[in-house]
Amino acid sequence: MSWVLGIIALSVLALVAGLILGFAAIRFRVEGDPIVEQIDQILPQTQCGQCGYPGCRPYAQAIADGDEINKCPPGGQATIDRLADLLGREAKPLDAAHGAEDVKKVAVIREDECIGCTKCIQACPVDAIIGATRQMHTVIADECTGCDLCVEPCPVDCIDMLPLPTKPERWTWNLEQIPVQNITDAAATTETSERGPA
Amino acid sequence: MSQVQKYNGQDADIQLWTFPGGIHPPERKAPANQEPIRRFPLADEFIIPLRQHIGALSEVQVSVGDHVRKGDLLSAPGIEHGLPVHAPTSGEIIEIGEFPLNHPSGLSGPGIRLRSDHEDTWGQRHPLPDYRNQSHLTVLEHLQRMGIAGLGGAGFPTARKVAGARGIDCLIINGAECEPYIAADDRLMREHAAEIVRGSLILQWMTHASSILIAIEDNKPEAIAAMREAVAQTREQLSAEQQSDFVLKVVVIPTKYPSGGERQLIQILTGKQVPAHGLPADIGILMHNTGTAWAICRAIEHGEPLLERVVTLTGESIGSPCTAWVPLGTPVQHVLAHVDFTPEAQQRVIIGGPMMGFTLPHLQVPVIKTTNCILAPTRKELPPAGQEMPCIRCGACADVCPASLLPQQLYWLANAQDYDGLKAHHLADCIECGACAYVCPSEIPLVQYYRQAKAEMREQAIEHHKAEIARQRFEARQARLEREKEERLERHAQAAKAREEALAARKQQAEQRSASGTTDDAMPDANSDPVASAVARAKARKAEREAARNEESSAVTGTDTVQAQDPKKAAVAAAVARAKARKEAQAAAQKDTETNTEASTPEDKKKAAVAAAVARAKARKAAKQKDEDS
Repeated sequence: MSWVLGIIALSVLALVAGLILGFAAIRFRVEGDPIVEQIDQILPQTQCGQCGYPGCRPYAQAIADGDEINKCPPGGQATIDRLADLLGREAKPLDAAHGAEDVKKVAVIREDECIGCTKCIQACPVDAIIGATRQMHTVIADECTGCDLCVEPCPVDCIDMLPLPTKPERWTWNLEQIPVQNITDAAATTETSERGPA
Repeated sequence: MSQVQKYNGQDADIQLWTFPGGIHPPERKAPANQEPIRRFPLADEFIIPLRQHIGALSEVQVSVGDHVRKGDLLSAPGIEHGLPVHAPTSGEIIEIGEFPLNHPSGLSGPGIRLRSDHEDTWGQRHPLPDYRNQSHLTVLEHLQRMGIAGLGGAGFPTARKVAGARGIDCLIINGAECEPYIAADDRLMREHAAEIVRGSLILQWMTHASSILIAIEDNKPEAIAAMREAVAQTREQLSAEQQSDFVLKVVVIPTKYPSGGERQLIQILTGKQVPAHGLPADIGILMHNTGTAWAICRAIEHGEPLLERVVTLTGESIGSPCTAWVPLGTPVQHVLAHVDFTPEAQQRVIIGGPMMGFTLPHLQVPVIKTTNCILAPTRKELPPAGQEMPCIRCGACADVCPASLLPQQLYWLANAQDYDGLKAHHLADCIECGACAYVCPSEIPLVQYYRQAKAEMREQAIEHHKAEIARQRFEARQARLEREKEERLERHAQAAKAREEALAARKQQAEQRSASGTTDDAMPDANSDPVASAVARAKARKAEREAARNEESSAVTGTDTVQAQDPKKAAVAAAVARAKARKEAQAAAQKDTETNTEASTPEDKKKAAVAAAVARAKARKAAKQKDEDS
């Protein structure tokens, strides 16, 4: 008789657990997909659209839905590795079809050539260009993500993508890249030379 | 607190502790510390970098061609505690621009070039001798305006350090000067002990510390004697009340590198450890360098900004090693020219000591507030780093690390670029003293690896921060575009409504007109028979169109006769007009879709997005067409 009791007890337990789970599934339902948020955190937020999606968040959504993780050239291999780590997928090399990894750049408007057409302002995904119709435009360098999107629409080609200059406070101790000058030579020319190479 | 009670009673000796690790490299302080501090003739030109300290860049206040006197402000005290720079001597501003910096990167930065007139005339000085009757804020602002920065290492603005310190119990004046070769603080203590003590008293007054400890390593007996004498004299001058108020004492500590490090010295004197990611102020301690105390004294008593500092000039390539007062902004080249500098082939010139200094790429850089030593060693004296060999896991580095880190582990992690692992192993607590690299039998430049990893981690943090801002801006823009789109649709809907109303009004007019004529029976039947009603509607529309055309042509020609005479011509003209209107509408629609797609898909590559956008645009166009047609 005891085995009947056992079965009944287990069934009751299973029923109770099932009810709790069912309740929790409804009560604590998660709106949206939290993984999208996490992927979006890893993406570089350049909003360049080189992945084929109009911005980083749409690409994050697409990755969550199963798209490849190697379509982000601004993020480069580091981003791919972190995405692979997060999603438990294989870290592939960057898909060349979407562009190559490049140094960080910033858009600079040659201001005397600007005709004030506002086309670049409309193109900028992060509103980093200021200006008005028939007024000169300029780029807020600190806000520019270097996405390249403003270069194409410019009718007078006055926007350059320049590599970000290295500043001492953000120098990464790369001693091999210091322009080495022989001090004995410098001493020979001594005080007549006013300044060294800038 | 317990510690302070221990050294109550002026002459009771302090119990000293020690820090883990540490090394004993050859000291080599002589012969540079033998001679009194020298003073060289002024250089012809000075390069004054705007940034000589930690903090924001200050704004230039002079322009090219201005004549300035010694001590004049060249830049305004910047926002966020940026320090101003001053004219080190009198002369003319000849250039404001980018100059090579006194920095391991060899990069350039903003600065001011000044041509000396060799007269060295002082400008207006504003001493603050009765500082004890002033508010703390006034004194802090004064120190800020005088450009006082920590002269020991990183050049942290002194006013900011003092202002940020609350509940200070113990003030430590750091005269340890533990790095080999460097003797600047040693000579300063020997020759200007009284001023250092007076500067310490000013700091004590500002922080209300209950004890001032002047810590000196035992390899500087002359400096210890001089400081002890100055302390004794000062104590005599103090009132009884002041004497009971705080303890003033010279503490002799054993020589060991890096006992001059802030955290290490605190551990030696108090046995307490500064918490990781914390400040000494968190445990009630404030530390300043002896040079800083001297500069504070000069700024308060004489109103002299920080214009010069003691620099050690040493190394076997220098014929007459010494210490010297060097005005800030003097090119290193000029200083070396006065000490019999005889460079060997591929001579290295190091700013700072052999442990923590950096090699200059060239000699045109200026001496700045943090330059305590210019070291020109021969190759025999300080051999350049040899071939890096594989780590043999001997563990010597961990034995000497003063921060109790695991240098070997950090080395592996830095090589693997495992930044999370480095964080877990507390890389941030590394003081870059170089003890690990000094003892490494494989000659691995460990500190270089840590510096690169630290810079990389900092860079990542900056990038992450910027990405966050970009994301917010992108989202704000998306929201704005969405809102604008909705507003546009709303406008379109309203326009369509207005059009319909106008149409209805015209219809009614036409109806009225036809009602006044013959066709009276068409409308009443409309409800009963759908076909009849449709026919009637078509008829009505035709009639209306006719009427409209009549109106139009009559307006154009002014006479009915022309229309009557030539109805065919008029019809053709109307058709042409209609076609034109349609074409225009189409062009407008096209333009609209173009501007819409431009923002999201500018490049051919993104075919998927373009296709979607085109489809959307087509749908919109179709809807518009339908709208117009109806």
